[in-house]
Amino acid sequence: MTDPAPNPAIAVGAATDDRAARSTRTRKRFAAERRFRFYGLAAVLTAFGFLILLLSTVIGNAIPAFTYNYAQLPVELTNEKLTPENAAEFDFRKTVHAAQLSLFPDISDRAGRRLVRGIFSSGTPIVVRGEVAANTDWIGTRQIIPVPVSDDADLYLKGLVDTDLPESQRNISDAEIALVDQLVERGLIERQFNTIFFTNGASREPEMAGIMGALIGSLLTLSITLLLSAPIGVLAAIYLEEFAPKNRLTDFIEVNINNLAAVPSIVFGLLGLAVFLNFMEFPRSAPLVGGMVLALMTLPTVIIASRAALRAVPPSIREAALGIGASRIQTVFHHVLPLAMPGILTGTIIGMAGALGETAPLLMIGMVAFVVDLPAAVTDPATVLPVQIYMWADFPEIGFQQKTAAAIVILLLFLIAMNAIAVWLRSRFERRW
Amino acid sequence: MMVALALIALATIAYFTARSRSVALAGGDASTLHSRPVYHGFYAFFWVLLPALAIWLVASRIADWYISSSLSERFSAVIESLSGPQAGAFINDAMTLASGGRIGFPDDDKIAAGEFVAGLQSAAFWLVAALVIGVALAGFFYAYSRIEPRKRTRQAVERVVRYALIACSVVAVLTTIGIVFSLIFESVRFFGRVSVFDFLFGYHWSPQSAFEGAGASTADDNSRVFGAIPLFAGTLLITFIAMCVAAPIGLMAAIYLSDYASAGFRKIAKPVLEILAGVPTVVYGFFAALTVAPAIRGWGEVIGLTVSSESALAAGLVMGIMIIPFVSSLSDDVINAVPQSLRDGSAGLGATKSETIRKVVLPAALPGIVSALLLAVSRAIGETMIVVMAAGLAANLTINPLEAVTTVTVQIVTLLVGDQEFDSAKTLAAFALGLVLFIITLALNVVALRVVQKYKEQYD
Repeated sequence: MTDPAPNPAIAVGAATDDRAARSTRTRKRFAAERRFRFYGLAAVLTAFGFLILLLSTVIGNAIPAFTYNYAQLPVELTNEKLTPENAAEFDFRKTVHAAQLSLFPDISDRAGRRLVRGIFSSGTPIVVRGEVAANTDWIGTRQIIPVPVSDDADLYLKGLVDTDLPESQRNISDAEIALVDQLVERGLIERQFNTIFFTNGASREPEMAGIMGALIGSLLTLSITLLLSAPIGVLAAIYLEEFAPKNRLTDFIEVNINNLAAVPSIVFGLLGLAVFLNFMEFPRSAPLVGGMVLALMTLPTVIIASRAALRAVPPSIREAALGIGASRIQTVFHHVLPLAMPGILTGTIIGMAGALGETAPLLMIGMVAFVVDLPAAVTDPATVLPVQIYMWADFPEIGFQQKTAAAIVILLLFLIAMNAIAVWLRSRFERRW
Repeated sequence: MMVALALIALATIAYFTARSRSVALAGGDASTLHSRPVYHGFYAFFWVLLPALAIWLVASRIADWYISSSLSERFSAVIESLSGPQAGAFINDAMTLASGGRIGFPDDDKIAAGEFVAGLQSAAFWLVAALVIGVALAGFFYAYSRIEPRKRTRQAVERVVRYALIACSVVAVLTTIGIVFSLIFESVRFFGRVSVFDFLFGYHWSPQSAFEGAGASTADDNSRVFGAIPLFAGTLLITFIAMCVAAPIGLMAAIYLSDYASAGFRKIAKPVLEILAGVPTVVYGFFAALTVAPAIRGWGEVIGLTVSSESALAAGLVMGIMIIPFVSSLSDDVINAVPQSLRDGSAGLGATKSETIRKVVLPAALPGIVSALLLAVSRAIGETMIVVMAAGLAANLTINPLEAVTTVTVQIVTLLVGDQEFDSAKTLAAFALGLVLFIITLALNVVALRVVQKYKEQYD
């Protein structure tokens, strides 16, 4: 019976005014309560809205880049200088141009020929060379080879060119559109999965540019980062958590690690530039140096996560091991560390995900190289996925804008995968003591 | 590389032989050994690896030094005939030729020098390799002869492991020292050319017009083009805009999630906010440059304002979005740390939930929230990619958010990217800016962490 029951004895005469005033005040207070609650919800929903806007912008731009329009080009591989041996170095330009013109037999003037060439990618000879080098038995025959159209023609075919605009304001002329339409009518254009995007390195031509080089660069860089920061971070965490005496030096190391975690990433780039490149004279633009810089950057994350995981192992485990005669090092390496491993791995993966998305420090050590060849070793010049995104975002062509978005989608997929693994590890192996 | 592989192979062999040797000495019964056989194995392993590695490091240093000194001795006539930078280039080219690379302008002298170096290098390689392998073998025989059942190899091995642990935890300290020294070293060189006062308080920033070379006017000219005030102002403007977005949204989101939201909603909302924090900054930069900046420009045109296509507003807005989860998760921690008894007390006096939050919880959490905001500011000041992609390069001194401004981080990137010359005042200026950035963010962090710690103790 704790409900404050209204006492009828008090409610007489003048008190009614007071009650009315009180109820308006209460109403106001409740309105303020509702408003406040609404502001909170609005803040959360605004944040969600930003996320949705961000992702939809990226994905909307990326979707067109995953497919590409290829034209079926009938190529006469009958040049007598072309042999199976030199197919990989042969200059296919003349052959390809002849094949392109053969699609439009009624065009013979110079301007018309240039127009015809313009609707195909300027990388067509390279594509044809790759195909022929892979199938040398084609030599001497006539083959239909799918080749990419030019990026402007591709955008037009995807309906991304506003044909109502006056001709001077778009990149594809009416005459080119007519040629492309002719190919479409003859059924020679086919929209396929964009393999070039996933297999090529960098290029100045949007249709020939791919993310393979950047992916390999990211893989090499991240391997170096993992090889350095995981063992060093875990061992440092073990020392600080299990062995370090509580004194000024270890306090200093602790403060140091916490502050290092908050240093802007670009400062690590400056460190890499001054120490690794200028002082130690490591090669510029190399995944080796990039990996080292990122390792220093992720080290605090790994150490902090590993320490938390080690701390979560209950002292009874250590006491039991020590009690049956294990040394302290045996206790840690045989009993505590295996139990802390899931937490350590989760922290390491999250640190690696951060390193995978990092751009600024890599700009400092010259990983903005324009690398056409795929890197093969950690000392080769290379670039990484986020830097590739940064470079492509600077190119004015719409084709590159879509490539940028597509590369972002790939990067986000990798990050989501890494985080999903981390979450899975945590839920699968986490133990409550 | 070959030497490293040989060393690892030798050490592995040593591990297995020593392990089985210890068992054999114990007459097949490992329990009579003082240390388990594994430790005897590792004992030999370390004796092979560690001295050999140390010798390798020292010997290869000495070999490099010997090669370069005998190169400049042998070709002293050639080198003296060349001017300073050319002599350096000559030595570099000789080294490149020796390692099989190609150089720009080969001549007879360089080729001869290259062959000379190559000859020395291969001799040095074999010498060092023989020395290293020799030391490794000596280590192996020493360890092997020392193995006996009562030998306390576990203690020896554990001592090595413990030193390795200490070495690893010192890496973090070395990193800080490396940062501080490299920034200070390069900055001091910069301040030798441009005075500290001109740099910190100058109003004009246009490093591309910096005059390089000798002459009495160099210092005068340079002190006029390296005034960093416009950069600091631009950084502050963008940070201010970002905080105007992130502080209210982040704080209100934290309040809603901690005090109003149902458990189910919180379970979904928190990871979604974390996604916002996990998106790489280069993606935000793309978003800012591609979507937000043109949109703001378009709206500006509709209401008749001229908006720069690289406006501070666009960069600041997107940076604010990036910082929202940072603010919300930090304030969430702080708000949750306020004891429930304070809330219950307030509710018992008849306050509504919002009154409790505004009049009791927030004042109690205020120091923590302030330090969360300080950490967010430090994050915003150090953020690079968004501003590189969406803010401008021109150093305008303005507080109009619709104009283009530049920031400290943008200038560091533009001064250093694509520039291979590390001795110009331009590149050194980047390090001076980096030093300023480092000091400011460090100060913000130290203050913020102090406040949080003090505040935590209050309620523990």
